[in-house]
Amino acid sequence: MSKVYKNATEATQDIHDKATLMSGGFGLCGIPENSIEAIAKLPIKNLTVISNNIGNSGRGLVALLKEKMIAKAICSYVGGNPDLEEQMLAKSVEVELVPQGTFSERIRAAGMGVRAFYTPTGYGTLVAEGKETKNFDVPCILESALHADFAIIKAQKGDRYGNLWFKETARNFSPLMAMAAKTTIVEVEELVELGDIPAEDIHLPGLFVQRIYQGVHYKNDIEFRVTQ
Amino acid sequence: MSWTKEEMAQRVAELFPKNVSVNLGIGLPSMVASFIKEEDGIMIHSENGVLGVSGKPKEEEVSPTLINAGKQTITIKAGASFFDSALSFGMIRGGHIDYCVLGAMEVDAEGNLANWMIPGKKVTGMGGAMDLVNGAKNVVIMMSHFTKTGEAKLLKKTNLPLTGMKCVHEIITELGHFRPNGESFDIIKLAPEVTEKDCALPN
Repeated sequence: MSKVYKNATEATQDIHDKATLMSGGFGLCGIPENSIEAIAKLPIKNLTVISNNIGNSGRGLVALLKEKMIAKAICSYVGGNPDLEEQMLAKSVEVELVPQGTFSERIRAAGMGVRAFYTPTGYGTLVAEGKETKNFDVPCILESALHADFAIIKAQKGDRYGNLWFKETARNFSPLMAMAAKTTIVEVEELVELGDIPAEDIHLPGLFVQRIYQGVHYKNDIEFRVTQ
Repeated sequence: MSWTKEEMAQRVAELFPKNVSVNLGIGLPSMVASFIKEEDGIMIHSENGVLGVSGKPKEEEVSPTLINAGKQTITIKAGASFFDSALSFGMIRGGHIDYCVLGAMEVDAEGNLANWMIPGKKVTGMGGAMDLVNGAKNVVIMMSHFTKTGEAKLLKKTNLPLTGMKCVHEIITELGHFRPNGESFDIIKLAPEVTEKDCALPN
């Protein structure tokens, strides 16, 4: 069966109530713009969304927050996202804040078949509450793998097997999330022929990708344009 | 006379030996980048997935996919590399980053750091800070000496939710350079005309 889908609407239509959804991107850098826009139009709710920032500056995944589709958010940083901070303090969205390295590693662990791991990050803080601890060279806490039903990610280039190439710092969490989800939906700026991305330069092998489509109308927003 | 922000950044930059790797936090610490000399061979790491951050781009060099952890546009220097977030945090958590520079809400005499939430008032999240304070070999705090309402941020004991325990090595504020010593803070250097009394250090 071909992995190539026509567009975002076709690729995301089976995302359902109570699904766990991972979304790539650091702030607004590398976010799957087309998939987010399509999901915001679906009649679904009670999603658990796993993403570093859950959108920022009123954009990106904030569209899902505004539609009240998110019941729980798992993320590392909410500074710069007043919509989430507001819903968090009002307790209309449950927020699990995870240290960013633990967040990345929990997602990586899911993709790698690692069920849990010990880390010193968060020891002696609120993050350690209710978690098993164990002393190695230093005291550590036990953190578990983070899986998802769907991952939505964006790459600069991809081919019909789902082999991907990311541009500059737009890679961030995306390849990890692709490995941790049952169904990974990729949008690309350039859908290229097999072989166009040299095999040595493939950042994520297509094995981890179930759906891929050519995205359209990218905004590629810049949060802070700092120049000389 | 207190140090300016630029002078604080200069002080922080002077802490780094040649050829080390440095992670700069968002806000004030990001200013340090401008005071690192090219010939010192220092590699600046940003946790969103780049090692070898360089200065600000010219208008025509701006790329929406090339940013630092503060979501500001950047450039890279020759020898730089890009990677995913797990590898980026492997560099931090695996002990491969020599220095990190972070902001703070409060630091106490035991070197405990609080910089991610004030219960009921403000939540930013910890981002990468909890990983950095456990993984970087040296933790430098660069912050204003007092809160906006004039309260001291260098305390005997902080009551805010912690980012990390006993993790802070150096503190640079506009008043001076300090080190936590368990009971209070050692004064390494004061800004011109600043007295010990001005610093309101705990007894």
